[in-house]
Amino acid sequence: MAHGPSESFFSRWLFSTNHKDIGTLYLWFSFAMFLLGGAFAMVIRAELFQPGMQLIEPEFFNQMTTMHGLVMVFGAIMPAFVGLANWMIPMMIGAPDMALPRMNNLSFWILPFAFAILVSTLFMEGGGPNFGWTFYAPLSTTYAPDTVNYFIFGVHIMGASSIMGSINIIATVINMRAPGMTYMKMPLFVWTWVITAFLLVAVMPVLAGAVTMMLMDINFGTSFFDAAGGGDPVLFQHVFWFFGHPEVYIIILPAFGVVSQIIPTFSRKPLFGYSSMVYATASIAFLSFIVWAHHMFTVGMPIAGELYFMYATMLIAVPTGVKVFNWVTTMYKGALTFETPMLFSIAFVILFTFGGFTGMMLSIAAADTQYHDTYFVVAHFHYVMVAGAVFSGTAAVYYWLPKWCGRMYDETMGKVQFWIAFIAFNITFMPQHFLGLAGMPRRYSDYGLQFADWNMVSSIGAFMYGGAQLLFLFNVIRTIGWGKPIDDPKVWEGAEGLEWTLPTPAPFHTFSTPPVLK
Amino acid sequence: MSERARALFLGLFSPIIFCLVAGGAVADEATWNSLNMPKGVTEVSQAAYDIHMIMIWICTVIGVAVFGFMFYVMFAHRKSKGVTPANFHENLTVEILWTIVPALILIVMAVPATTALLKVYDTENPDIDIKVTGYQWKWQYEYIGEGVKFMSELRTPQDEIYGRAPKGEHYLREVTEPLVIPTNKKVRFLITGNDVIHSWWVPDFAVKRDAVPGLFTAAWAKTDQPGIYVGECTELCGKGHAFMPIVVEVKEEAEYDKWMAAKKEEAVIYQSTIGKEWTNAELMAKGESVYAISCAGCHQAKGEGIPGVFPALFDSPIVTGPVEDHIGILINGVAGSAMQSFADQLSEVDIAAVIHYKRNSWGNEMGDTVQPIDILNYKQTQ
Repeated sequence: MAHGPSESFFSRWLFSTNHKDIGTLYLWFSFAMFLLGGAFAMVIRAELFQPGMQLIEPEFFNQMTTMHGLVMVFGAIMPAFVGLANWMIPMMIGAPDMALPRMNNLSFWILPFAFAILVSTLFMEGGGPNFGWTFYAPLSTTYAPDTVNYFIFGVHIMGASSIMGSINIIATVINMRAPGMTYMKMPLFVWTWVITAFLLVAVMPVLAGAVTMMLMDINFGTSFFDAAGGGDPVLFQHVFWFFGHPEVYIIILPAFGVVSQIIPTFSRKPLFGYSSMVYATASIAFLSFIVWAHHMFTVGMPIAGELYFMYATMLIAVPTGVKVFNWVTTMYKGALTFETPMLFSIAFVILFTFGGFTGMMLSIAAADTQYHDTYFVVAHFHYVMVAGAVFSGTAAVYYWLPKWCGRMYDETMGKVQFWIAFIAFNITFMPQHFLGLAGMPRRYSDYGLQFADWNMVSSIGAFMYGGAQLLFLFNVIRTIGWGKPIDDPKVWEGAEGLEWTLPTPAPFHTFSTPPVLK
Repeated sequence: MSERARALFLGLFSPIIFCLVAGGAVADEATWNSLNMPKGVTEVSQAAYDIHMIMIWICTVIGVAVFGFMFYVMFAHRKSKGVTPANFHENLTVEILWTIVPALILIVMAVPATTALLKVYDTENPDIDIKVTGYQWKWQYEYIGEGVKFMSELRTPQDEIYGRAPKGEHYLREVTEPLVIPTNKKVRFLITGNDVIHSWWVPDFAVKRDAVPGLFTAAWAKTDQPGIYVGECTELCGKGHAFMPIVVEVKEEAEYDKWMAAKKEEAVIYQSTIGKEWTNAELMAKGESVYAISCAGCHQAKGEGIPGVFPALFDSPIVTGPVEDHIGILINGVAGSAMQSFADQLSEVDIAAVIHYKRNSWGNEMGDTVQPIDILNYKQTQ
C-alpha cells in the first residue's frame, strides 16, 4: 500500500504532502537563507573592520543590518526548526504523517515568495527596508522608503506560513499520537514544539496587526503611530515587543528540545527531571507574554511600569536555571562520548547560559540605562540566538542526518567544524560585550577610534565563523552523496525513542500502522 | 577525580589562569576600564556601575559553580574511562532546591536594583532645565527660561569619514557647539524628538532617554567634576545615526555664568544682522557652509540628490520656481517625507543664505537675491 515519492522532480517537491519531503524543503530553504543572511553579516563586519566608511554607504549599511536580522530570524532559524518538526514529530509520536499535509505544502511554498518579495526590494529604487528588524515607527512609516509596502506584505506572508505550520503541529500532536503515547511520555522536542506552536499562533497575529497599522499610516492617512495626528510612536513598540519577546522564545524553545534529546543520548542516561523540564518550558512561555517592555526601559515609562517589568523579567531566570541544571545533571554519572552533535549541545549549554547571564544583567533597569541599544545587547542576543538556536540546529542536523539519509557524516570534519565555529563565535561576539560597555551603540555604520581594535577582532572572528558554515554545507552534501552507508536503526548507541525503532534510512512512509507502546 | 582528569583539567585551565594573572599585572587601570562600564561622574552612573558589578560577581560565582561541575563531569564520567552509566532521572529535593535558591538570590538582587532605579527617576526639583531635541541628524539644546538655544552637529569633515584625509584624534567625537552645564547644579534634561525617535546617551552621566516625537522624557545629572563628556545617539534614526554625537562640557559655576552671559549677548547681536542688506558674496559664502552641514546629507554635495529617496536640487521645479514657494518648503517642510521644517533649526540668516546659494549654484542661475528680512517677513505672514 505504501507509495514511493513521485518520479518527476517537480511534482515530487512542488506538490509534496509528505512530512519528510516538506521537512527537507524547509531545511534546505532555511540553510539557503542562513547563507544569505550570513552574507549580509559579512558585509556589515567588513565595513566595520576599520573606522570610516570604506565599502558601502550608511544607507546601504542600514539595509544590511535590517535584512540580516529579518532573514536570520524569519528565514533561517524559524524555518529550520519547522523543518526539524516536520521530519521528527510524526516519527517521534508514532504518526504516519502530519495531520494537515496539504496545508503543510502550502505553508512551506509561500515562504520562498515572501523572501523573494523581501529581498527584491534591495534592487528597487530607494533600496530595501533600512529601519532595523524592529522597524520602529515613525522611521518605518513616515520616513521609510516606498519599498516598505513590499516588506509589509512579505511579513504578512511569513506570518501566515508560521501560523499554518503551528496549527499543523498542534493538530498533529493532539490527534495523531500512537496509542499509549500519553502527553507525559512525549519526547521533550515534541513538548517544546507544541508550546512554541501555541506561542506562534498567539503572537503572529499581533505582528500582522502591527504591520497592518503601519500600512494604514503610510497609505491611508491614519495616525496610529504619528504623534502629529494624535497617535503614539511608543504604541508601536508595545505592540511590536508583545510579539517580539515571545518570538525570541519561539526561536529558543525548540532548541531546548533538540538539546534535551541529544544530551541523554550521548550521556547514555535518561533525561534528568523530565516533568520539571515540561513545566519549566511552559513557565518560560507564559512569562514571555508579560515581560515585553523590558526592551523599552529607556522610552520613559512610569517607574511603576519599569519596576514591574524588571521584576517579571528577573523571574525568567528561575525556569531557565532549572533547565540548565537538568541538562548538567543528565550528564552527571552518565557514560559520556563527544560526537559532533554532543559537542554542539554542550557548547549550547555553556554559551546559552552565558547569554542568560548577560540577559539577567540587562533585566536590571538601572544598569540597562547603560547597556540599552549598545553592542552589549548585540553580544547578548547573538549568544542566545547563534550559540543557542544555530548551534542546536547544527547539532540536530548532525544527530538526525544519518537517520534521514542512511549515511554517516564525516566525524573528523564535523569536529573540525565545531571547533572552528566555537572559537570563531567567541572571537566575534565576546569583544562586542567590551565594545558595548565602552559605549559603542548598535547599528552604527561608523565609530570613533577608541572602538577600532575590538571591531577588527570581531570582524576577523565573523569571517572565520562564516567559513565554518561552508564546511558544514560541504559535510552535509558529502554525507548525502558519498557518506558511509549505515543500516543500524539506532544509529547512536544511547538513542531512545520511537524514531530510532524505524529502519535506517527512514522509509518514505513510516508508522502506517501505529506502533505499540509499553 | 583521577590523575589523568586532574592533569587535563589543569592543562585546559592553566592558560586562562595565566592570562588572568598576567593580564592583571600588565594591564593598567585605563586598559581595564576600556573593557568595562565607565563609573562616570554622577550619582546615577555610580549606582548603575555598582549594580552592574554586583551582577557580574553573582553571575561569575554561579558560572564557576555550574561550569566547574560540568567540566568535572565531562572529565570524570567519560565512556572511554569504562564507567557504567547510572539510571536515575529525578530527585525531588534537588529539583525543589534549585528552583527556590535562585528565586531567593533574585529577591536579594531586586533590592539594590530597585534603589538604583529610584535614583534614575529622581528628576524632581532641578536647578536648570534643558530641552534636548533630536533632529535627523543633530541635537538642539534650549536653556529653558534663558532664551538661549542652539544646534549641535558633527564637526568631523566628510573627507575624514571617507578616508580622503587622515582621521583626527576626536574622530566622530566633535561637534560644532557642545552643550555646556555647570558643576554642582542639578540639571534636568527634557528630551524629545522632532522627526523620528533618537536617544540621548551620555555614558558618564548614565543618562539615556529616547527622544520620541510628541513626547517628553526626563533624566538628570549633577556632577562636581568639570570636563568634556562624549555621548552618542542610541536609537536607529536613519543614515546619519552614527554621525550625531553628543558633547557635554561641564564648567565650574563661575565659568558657566560667564559663558551664559556671552551666549545671551550673542543672541542680541544676531537680531541686528537680520535687518541688514547682505551682499551676493556674503550670502553665497554663508549659504555654502549651511548647505554642507544641513542639506548635503540628503541632497548630496552638488545638489544631485539620490534617485527615489532624496530629490535633486539642480533644475528642480522648487529651486527654479518662485522664491516664496522655495522659502515655504524650508520653513514648513514637506508633510509625510524626510524633508523637515527648518524654521526652528536654522536662523533667518542661514535660511536666506542657503536658499540664495541653492538658486545660484551647480548650474542653477536664478540670479535673484534672498535676504534674511524676506524670511522674517514670510514667517510673520504665516
